Amino acid sequence: MLEIKNLHVKLEEEEKQILKGVDLTVEAGKVHAIMGPNGSGKSTLSYVLSGRDGYEVTEGSATLDGEDLLELEPEERAALGVFLAFQYPVEIPGVGNMTFLRTAVNAQRKARGEDELSASDFLKLVRERAKALKIDADMLKRPVNVGFSGGEKKRNEILQMAVLEPKMCILDETDSGLDVDAMKLVAEGVNALRDEGRGFLVITHYQRLLDHIKPDVVHIMADGRIVKSGGPELALEVEHNGYGDILAEVQ
Amino acid sequence: MAVPEQKQSATEARLSAMELPEPGCTRAAREAALARVCEMGLPSRRDEYWKYTRPDTLVDPVALPAAVFQNDEKPLFDGVDRLKIVFVDGVFDPDQSDDLSLEGVRIDRLEDICCKDIHWAKDLYGVLEARGHNPVPRPLAALNTAFASDGVAIHITQKVSKPISLIYRHASESSDAILHHVVRVEEGAEATILENGPAASRFNKCMEIDIADGGTLHHVRAQGRDHERRAVTHMFTRLGRESVYKSFTLTVNGVLTRNEQVIELTGDDAVAHVAGACVGDGDFHHDDTVFITHDAVNCESRQVFKKVLRNGAVGVFQGKILVKEGAQKTDGYQISQSLLLDDDSQFLAKPELEIYADDVACSHGSTSGAIDETALFYMRSRGVPEKQATDLLTLAFLAEAVEEIEDEALAGDIVDRLDGWLSRRA
Ligand SMILES: Nc1ncnc2c1ncn2[C@@H]1O[C@H](COP(=O)(O)OP(=O)(O)O)[C@@H](O)[C@H]1O
Ligand SMILES: [Mg+2]
Repeated sequence: MLEIKNLHVKLEEEEKQILKGVDLTVEAGKVHAIMGPNGSGKSTLSYVLSGRDGYEVTEGSATLDGEDLLELEPEERAALGVFLAFQYPVEIPGVGNMTFLRTAVNAQRKARGEDELSASDFLKLVRERAKALKIDADMLKRPVNVGFSGGEKKRNEILQMAVLEPKMCILDETDSGLDVDAMKLVAEGVNALRDEGRGFLVITHYQRLLDHIKPDVVHIMADGRIVKSGGPELALEVEHNGYGDILAEVQ
Repeated sequence: MAVPEQKQSATEARLSAMELPEPGCTRAAREAALARVCEMGLPSRRDEYWKYTRPDTLVDPVALPAAVFQNDEKPLFDGVDRLKIVFVDGVFDPDQSDDLSLEGVRIDRLEDICCKDIHWAKDLYGVLEARGHNPVPRPLAALNTAFASDGVAIHITQKVSKPISLIYRHASESSDAILHHVVRVEEGAEATILENGPAASRFNKCMEIDIADGGTLHHVRAQGRDHERRAVTHMFTRLGRESVYKSFTLTVNGVLTRNEQVIELTGDDAVAHVAGACVGDGDFHHDDTVFITHDAVNCESRQVFKKVLRNGAVGVFQGKILVKEGAQKTDGYQISQSLLLDDDSQFLAKPELEIYADDVACSHGSTSGAIDETALFYMRSRGVPEKQATDLLTLAFLAEAVEEIEDEALAGDIVDRLDGWLSRRA
């Protein structure tokens, strides 16, 4: 599904290389986790995949079901099925959460040549998905993420994902800043979306999220590269010993 | 103070091209206003008060022509049940207007206030304007009082069931209109006045509003979209005890607009809100100039002005709150913001506070910024195309001003207009 080959990325404004040859393939139906120390390039990878400005790809490729993602505008990638749950969800004063979601759903449907969702179908869908994430009507009415707590913002990201039903879900430290209950809600939201046709790339700093979202493959990223890949046991190793041993081993 | 020579000759040039209307009961007020004009001289670009806006095309003897804007959108406030009063190129048109009788309000043409002996209107005409040359002269308002060729006197005595809608059509490319309205809201009475349309190629409008204790006036206006039109407007409002004045203005297009609001809170517990949303593209210069005087206890004033500018458009905001001695517990809020959609556009702001009481809460803020790139990317990453995301952020930026309109249907119409403006832009 998602195929990243030898991806090299530098900052557009500075001579600073951040990704130094990332290779990664996420198959449909699988959950891949990326762990790694702060500053290793995890968020950069997620931004480059979703099309944020400010980065320059100097080498390599990234495709989704064979389509070259790097050539596309962010909204085109979204319509293809790429979704990024932001590490820091953005506040948008003056734009209602519902308005935003509905605009996004219908823009994607339009881009794919599908009919827009009717107001009532949309409402039904959102209410059902919101309920599972314990997002109340008030949160839906408020401007996007404005005045939301850290946990509410992360749940709102998962709500957007649940409503947009993307093919390739990238979650960037969705667990950070969450208490245990909120993390369970988020994990349940993710697990509910797991199916044959969908791939997940779960970026996390800690193993604890992976207790709830069981990954198929765990990658360790350091200094702009995937330095080690393995099964779920790799996450446990990190949990017990930190990154030190693994990094020493690969050097 | 002697008027500088250049100013004097410009003033004389304009005045020599005009004639005081027929003698009538407003004659004395008009002559007094003319004397004020001569004493002050018409504005020139050297005046501090016109530092950011060139007044010459408003002052020149002959108005520059302006093409009439055509499009097939439905007229503003079309779905609103209202009493329509239509002016074409600044002349009242009884055929296009509704019957002027409506419960709770009496409406007369300015020229009839003498023969019908309408005292309150005679006593108000030119009075608030004359008081309003403080702290700076507003000679174009005095010029208006002297030479206004038409207008209405609106006397609100009860809660009026539907808005009074002043519609200003523009028909002739060379029209040059001067309208002057007087409005009196009696104790406890309430009404909404709507204004819309470009009125003329050049438009000078003055409205004097006197709100008695406990009275309420809502004012919603949309200035015409004719690209080349020029307008200078003055609203002079005096508020009594526990009275309320809420005014909102939308400006879409127009090569030159100067809107002045001069508000005096003279009775305790009065409330005055003035708001404006303007969107300009290219050859567009829009100036909001506000002066609010707090002269009573526990009054609230609020100014919310938002401007969206692109392709070299210019926005100006000059807003001053004066809190007089003894005007304790004043709550004054002022915000002026611009959203610059490119580097060519410009926002010039001069917010001022002058406070002579000690127990007051006043705040003012002015900002100028571009579209929030982070928010834009966030929206695009959810599949919203760049143009649509930019439009949503633009409307969100204007929302705080539009939300000042209490009536939802009217606010909806204003948002539709903004949508229309956005959708016409690539
Ligand atoms: N826009 C940027 N400007 C400057 N430095 C950046 C920018 N984006 C990323 N970096 C740098 O790139 C490195 C990787 O950052 P990031 O991708 O956020 O790492 P991680 O998410 O793994 O913590 C860090 O050293 C970070 O400071
Ligand atoms: Mg990160």
